[in-house]
Amino acid sequence: MSAGGPGLRLIDVHKSFGPTPVIMGVSLDVTPGTRHAIIGPNGAGKTTLFNLISGRFPVSSGTIELGGRRIDGLAPHEINRRGLSRSFQVTSIFARMTVFENIRCGLLWSRGYRYSFWHLLGGERALNEAAARLLADFNLESRRDVPAGLLSYAEQRALEIGITIAGGADTILLDEPTAGMSRSEADHAVALIRRVTAGKTLVMVEHDMSVVFDVADVVTVLVYGQVIASGPPAEIRGSRAVQEAYLGVPAAGVGA
Amino acid sequence: MEVLLVSLLNGLVYGMLLFMLASGLTLIFSMMGVLNFAHASMYMLGAYFAFSVSRLVGFWPALVLAPAICGLMGALIEMYALRRVHKNGHIAELLFTFGLAFIIEKGVQMAWGLLPVPYRVPPVLDHPLFQIYGSNFHAYRGFMLLISALMFVAIWLLLTRTRIGLVIQAALTHPEMVGALGHNVPRVFTIVFAGGSALAGLAGVIGGNYLVTEPSMAITMGPIVFVVVVFGGLGSLAGCFIASLIMGLVQTYAVVLDVSFADLLGRLGLPVTSATPLAEFLTIPLPRVGALLPYLMLILVLLVKPRGLMGTRDT
Amino acid sequence: MSEEIAHPAARPLSAGRTAGFLARQWPWLVALAVAVLVPYLSYDWATGRHSGFMVSMLSQMGIMIIFALSYNMQMGQTGLLSFGHAVFLGLGGYVTAHALNAVKAGSFWLPLEITPLAGGLGGLVFAILFGYFATKQRATAFAMITLGIGELVTACALMFQTFFGGEGGVSTNRMIGHSLFGLSYAQPLQVYYLIVAWTAIAVALMLLLTRTPLGRMANACRDNFERAQFVGYDPRMVRFVQFSLSGFFAGIAGALYTLTYEIVTYDTVGGGMSANALLMTYIGGVGAFAGPVIGAVLIVLLQSWVSLLSNSWLVYAGVLFILMVTFAPGGIAGIVMMHQPIWRAGRLGRLAAPYARLVLPTLLAAVGFVLAIELCSFLTIGAAQGKSLTLSGVTVNPRSGTPWIAAVVLLGVGGLWMRVEMRRIGTAWDAVTEEIKAMGGRA
Repeated sequence: MSAGGPGLRLIDVHKSFGPTPVIMGVSLDVTPGTRHAIIGPNGAGKTTLFNLISGRFPVSSGTIELGGRRIDGLAPHEINRRGLSRSFQVTSIFARMTVFENIRCGLLWSRGYRYSFWHLLGGERALNEAAARLLADFNLESRRDVPAGLLSYAEQRALEIGITIAGGADTILLDEPTAGMSRSEADHAVALIRRVTAGKTLVMVEHDMSVVFDVADVVTVLVYGQVIASGPPAEIRGSRAVQEAYLGVPAAGVGA
Repeated sequence: MEVLLVSLLNGLVYGMLLFMLASGLTLIFSMMGVLNFAHASMYMLGAYFAFSVSRLVGFWPALVLAPAICGLMGALIEMYALRRVHKNGHIAELLFTFGLAFIIEKGVQMAWGLLPVPYRVPPVLDHPLFQIYGSNFHAYRGFMLLISALMFVAIWLLLTRTRIGLVIQAALTHPEMVGALGHNVPRVFTIVFAGGSALAGLAGVIGGNYLVTEPSMAITMGPIVFVVVVFGGLGSLAGCFIASLIMGLVQTYAVVLDVSFADLLGRLGLPVTSATPLAEFLTIPLPRVGALLPYLMLILVLLVKPRGLMGTRDT
Repeated sequence: MSEEIAHPAARPLSAGRTAGFLARQWPWLVALAVAVLVPYLSYDWATGRHSGFMVSMLSQMGIMIIFALSYNMQMGQTGLLSFGHAVFLGLGGYVTAHALNAVKAGSFWLPLEITPLAGGLGGLVFAILFGYFATKQRATAFAMITLGIGELVTACALMFQTFFGGEGGVSTNRMIGHSLFGLSYAQPLQVYYLIVAWTAIAVALMLLLTRTPLGRMANACRDNFERAQFVGYDPRMVRFVQFSLSGFFAGIAGALYTLTYEIVTYDTVGGGMSANALLMTYIGGVGAFAGPVIGAVLIVLLQSWVSLLSNSWLVYAGVLFILMVTFAPGGIAGIVMMHQPIWRAGRLGRLAAPYARLVLPTLLAAVGFVLAIELCSFLTIGAAQGKSLTLSGVTVNPRSGTPWIAAVVLLGVGGLWMRVEMRRIGTAWDAVTEEIKAMGGRA
């Protein structure tokens, strides 16, 4: 658990795909232990930003640091091993493996198993207990032996988050965790997220404003690849620039 | 020196033949993502059909009929089989074309026998055209160059001057987008697959009597064509053209230049005797390794530059 | 017996645990028993001799089971499609041959029972060498590189004398005089039981491997490359290790090959052998661990028996392969697993009648197909070899029209009738699954 000290920092990050600039000079400073939401209209580049942070794409220029060390240019698994984990906008799980196996896979590396072909997982008591506990945490115990591809959408999203935090990463990136959920499902998910990310650094891309204002300590608004505002939710809610970006016309207040 | 120049001409002829084969495959591979193992089988079928047809009605009708039959077969395969397999995934498609190539080879063996068939150059073209440095340049080679050049021009015109050609060009690099824009992509796929098969068949018609027509011609030609496609790069016909010529030249020169590593080392002052480690490997003359070169090049290209010469997409 | 139930893992190995093990693994134990006993099915009690044909076929089965399972470590478990797997079988075979010759010459001591390890090591070393480059690639490029490696090694095997023995291959003699059990291995039957032992070991090891972190992560990389990265694993490394281990087991199969045939040639590394692996594994089913076992047994059966009757067994294998790829990508094991939920719900009997009605049309179509293929084959290849087609003593002339018409009619009628029955099966299937779903909802 990082207490104070540098967290996730983006310093003047640019990204172009061919001749098309997508991220144009984004700087971000996420204080460890806080909850940071990134919002913005579609096509603003939020997921691209996540892909840059998690190493899926290289930056065109600028640096990304985690805990004071540069992570831009590292392979995704190396970044993950440094303590950063992410979920995906389109549910990304191991569809042909059971729910229990999915969670267990999320635990393997952090428990030091590496590429072992001499440990029989059936007998690894501590590992299996930890996986079972996580399953219980996420209310997926009853679906333990079901192939993950057969779960309902909301269950899959929950599993996705479960795999993301299983490895014990300190910095969690969640990409639209409540996308496609009903009101009650989203409320459930939010309560879950709050609980499992307690004490960690959370960066979230979200479209659902009620979730954002409920959960986030800091909100950053991204429009067309640039940050137009960043601060506590109340400040963002009242910001002229943000209202114009979203609604195009000054309004009395940003609704949910 | 003369040998080099004569080989240059021969290499160009062979390279153009390769381009006829490889262009169809690169179109199919780039657009549909299917590595068509059965492409070289179409080459073989073109040669065999031409053999049988020309025994009945002569070479010139065969020149038209055989590729047409191959094109028709390609269309049927794409419409009724490949589309069905497509939803089982990429690997299933690969395996399907692999199995298809296998069955076509067995089918050819059963229909025409295990030995090479006497598919000959038509008598009207069976004479030297001109002499160069004392070597004859055979008229049929000139004919081959002519046909391949005509075909090249025809493809170029089709792709750049017709509407369907523009759609094909776009689908080469961005197949999903083309579909999203409302073009009848399945029909385009069928046309490309059929066209590619017909081209391969045509290559077989003119190549089968120049080289040899036997049941193993598909397996021999196949990897060479793969190398050309990968080497030229996905999504690029120009790259395919350059790669075909390079491959044609490399293969021709390899047969002609009777040198080995040992010779090279000898020139550098490091003689190789039978006691030198790996002597067996170093003294192999280049012509004997000729059959290996395509595979070596395939591996090297994939390791060093997977996108190939002018590729716009990843394999 | 005291009823203290501590934590499951802390419970001592009791009768309960053994019973649990038997309950889960009984199919394998039955298979082992069958493997041990089946040579006696063809045992001539009068002369006291085993059928050479039978023992040879069974030995081949054992070797191919290991080979196919090792191939599935790549294909079904890790999602890697290789066209050059035979390279590791063959190279393992060559290494073993050289090892045997060295032992015979007195260079070192190695009991025959352990020699498969030499082959395994050979396969492992080369798998590490080639795998390092191959596994860096994505799917299609990987397939092409393995194709290239396979052809390169085949060409080398033909050309080079020192290690490969050129076209003649490397001959050896398994009677090296060293054995842990004092056996001479002169009789093929003894070699067969050695193969059974090693097959059992290899199967057990490969099965256990699927339950290790590596095995599970291999599945994960197959399912979702990116997700695997974000649980901290380098998917390339996972593939590399899995590829190398699969080469180890293929090498063991190669060693057993050498022991059985006492000669290794270039066709053990060639494309034909690699295609064999693909055929066996895919037809058996890549999705289940036992799939390749089924496929290996089936293909060796086909090869041994059909090739006695016909030149065209490869055609039949190829057609079976294409039908599987198009209609049943899960293979035989996949088809069996599809029926599992129905069987569990006790509704399998409902499908019995529709399936039974499928038998006759399938038979007709198959006979028609086989007739057509055989006619074709005898028209060209057979004629060149001076053979003629005889069916139960009646010589059939491929040049007359009647047999052809018969073949086409059988194929056509059988095929169309099959379609009708398949549709009926489909309807019955849907009805049964609806019932099961309804049951599940109520429960």
